[in-house]
Amino acid sequence: MVSNDFSSDKRSNRKKMSSKIVIAGGFGAGKTTLVHSVSEIPPVTTEAIMTEASIGHDDNSITPDKTTTTVAMDFGRITIDDELVMYMFGTPGQARFWFMWDDLVRGAVGAVVVVDCRRLADSFDAVDYFETNKRIPYIVALNKFEGQLDYTSDQVREALEVSPEVPIIDFDARSRLSGGEVLKALLRYALEHNRTSEPVA
Amino acid sequence: MSFRRRRSNRVRPFTFTGGRTRSRHPLMVQTLVSTSEPGQEPPGTLMPESINIYKLCRETRSLAEVSAELNIPLGVTQVLVSDLAEQDLVYIHPTITGSSPSENQVLERALRGLERLFQ
Repeated sequence: MVSNDFSSDKRSNRKKMSSKIVIAGGFGAGKTTLVHSVSEIPPVTTEAIMTEASIGHDDNSITPDKTTTTVAMDFGRITIDDELVMYMFGTPGQARFWFMWDDLVRGAVGAVVVVDCRRLADSFDAVDYFETNKRIPYIVALNKFEGQLDYTSDQVREALEVSPEVPIIDFDARSRLSGGEVLKALLRYALEHNRTSEPVA
Repeated sequence: MSFRRRRSNRVRPFTFTGGRTRSRHPLMVQTLVSTSEPGQEPPGTLMPESINIYKLCRETRSLAEVSAELNIPLGVTQVLVSDLAEQDLVYIHPTITGSSPSENQVLERALRGLERLFQ
């Protein structure tokens, strides 16, 4: 009987649950590249092609190859197992779209702030957001564009005023395994964070 | 300018939602939705957009995926899915936020899963 098949499907299907990781950072830091590298589906992206009008607003002199910027949101997906799916949501890169951040961040397991070391100042707003509202654990991931970093993680921590307990790691956004390391680091930190923030009473 | 043109093409949300802008169920972008009785045809009283959601969610999908695949703005999708849930036509799956210690087990499972997938 067909309906029986459906009801057993339904029972196992109902166990499915999901979680979310937020990928934040400055314009052109490598957020979309990271989502792309780790996602099992082509990321669903809503990007507006930069027009000449937007060049005045976005400093793209250092990343001349980049012709698009994320204006809405993009996301990828990782199926952990039969019951658990994890989504990665990129935050809008430009300050004028940050009204969307609260909605995106709500209910996230944690966040990754992707930092382009050549443009540290661009990451400040993202770091400041997570340092200020402290609602979810976050880590900082330094994207190695040319295979090397201009600053040590200590220098970055000082420059961006990252709290001492927040992990700072370096990675290559183009590499799937390297991106996976970032996600693992975030989950380890989130677990540690939960343990230490449990009420003593 | 292309951004502005895209906005003007949007269907006004209130035409779908009767003026309501909030959903009654906690629906986040990552929340999974599935049709309660996937074998059944959607009730004929539903609006075309809701019928499309009903049909699409015969396979479990996140709210963001529903919104992207059907090209319905996220906020509108939220309200429509919430209405379908109110009528028990769709099931809203649990969302793991990691904010309560009871969810640590799931986070540990996610970490083990990532260790398996990215090694």
